[in-house]
Amino acid sequence: MNALWNALGWFGGAGRWSGSDGIPNRIAEHLWYSLLAFAITVAIALPLGLLLGHLRRGRPAAVSGFLVLSSANAARALPTLGLLILVVVVSTAGDIVPILVPLVLLAVPPVLVNTYAGVQQVEAGLRDAAEGMGMRGRQVLFQVELPVALPLILLGLRTALIQIVSTATIAAYVGLGGLGRYIVDGYSRQDYDSMAGGAILVIVLAVLTQAAFAALHRFAVSPGVRRRAASD
Amino acid sequence: MTAFGTGGEPLLRWSYVRDNYDGVIWEALKEHLVLSFTPVLLGLAIALPLGLACARWRRLYPPVLAATSVLYAIPAIGLFVVFVAFTGLTYTTVVVPLALYTLSVLVPSVVDGLRSVPEHVRQSAVAMGFGPLRRLVQVELPIALPVLMGGLRVATVANISLVSVGALIGIGGLGQLMVTGMKWPGGAYPTPIVVAIVLIVVLALLADLLLLLLQRFLMPWERVRRSRRPAEVTR
Repeated sequence: MNALWNALGWFGGAGRWSGSDGIPNRIAEHLWYSLLAFAITVAIALPLGLLLGHLRRGRPAAVSGFLVLSSANAARALPTLGLLILVVVVSTAGDIVPILVPLVLLAVPPVLVNTYAGVQQVEAGLRDAAEGMGMRGRQVLFQVELPVALPLILLGLRTALIQIVSTATIAAYVGLGGLGRYIVDGYSRQDYDSMAGGAILVIVLAVLTQAAFAALHRFAVSPGVRRRAASD
Repeated sequence: MTAFGTGGEPLLRWSYVRDNYDGVIWEALKEHLVLSFTPVLLGLAIALPLGLACARWRRLYPPVLAATSVLYAIPAIGLFVVFVAFTGLTYTTVVVPLALYTLSVLVPSVVDGLRSVPEHVRQSAVAMGFGPLRRLVQVELPIALPVLMGGLRVATVANISLVSVGALIGIGGLGQLMVTGMKWPGGAYPTPIVVAIVLIVVLALLADLLLLLLQRFLMPWERVRRSRRPAEVTR
């Protein structure tokens, strides 16, 4: 416990709040990598998940559904550190692109699975009602299926972003900036205060991410859907 | 079987595997097994009573659920570093945070599982004269088992791959091989990294399969459904 208290002194150290190794810059780097990877992930997984969930009938949909679920299970088994190191060791494409590849690769499955499952599980009755009211496929998707599936989709997005934020920390080991630098550099210098400072910042960032999604959930999910979920 | 990476260095040199399988690789594998299964057992031992308590006293559950979901969001490396302050650079430093992760996956599974017991089944058991303990062990737990096992499989697989992150503080089982490959004298060496990744994935799949078989063995009356509930896939 003492060691942790001592580490708090690290936050007041010289040059801690300015320069390229200062906390503001490291946080900005961390957010930049994370949000970039998150944006790419969402751009890939969200439309794909919506489409696969919407086309739930027929053989291709069954096969793609199976593939989506298996990909999520397989992704959980992949060790992030190993993947990062391997990609960096093998690739020659600059420094940020190779790191974005594993970040995106590991974040796509949760978004894909939750979007797919969320849309696919919308009750048939709701869908029939929408079609009975004369809605076309696209209207059914965006005005009925998407709002009803939103809680599950947000959960997937949250899992993905949290996964990205934590993997971006580990990526400091292969030379990425961001908050992980304090942990990795601290370890190689035998400087526990720096490691603990970095760890505390990373933990705060993760908890804030979680809180942001809780707020988004409250704000974005329709009150009707929320009440239904609460009464389940 | 050699795939070529940059600079003509193959991704996998069998000579490394031949020379080290009963040395470095075997030691790393043993350490990995200890570091990944101890937290699962510890987490299960705590999650069962905690989950039972949460299902019994409903007011207890919301705060516990909030705590576990925050815990789950915290990056493993962050917790490892914090625990170094308490337990130094020992196995405990890796085992305790991973047990906490296991806990945060399992407690909701235990509670969801127990809540999935239909009310009429519970009442039938009461009507047949089952006391609370016997009802729990012979009726409620068996019905809760599929959901609980789903959580256990997720936690086990996640643990096996998370242990490698411990390599950043020098305690990482197979993760140690990744670091070795990265820091190889005279330039990075992909072989140990590939060996570690393959072993971890194989280990995770084997553990998952064993738990699935255990589930079938424990519940011979129920054919295990292939598709798990998506809510579990998502955590």
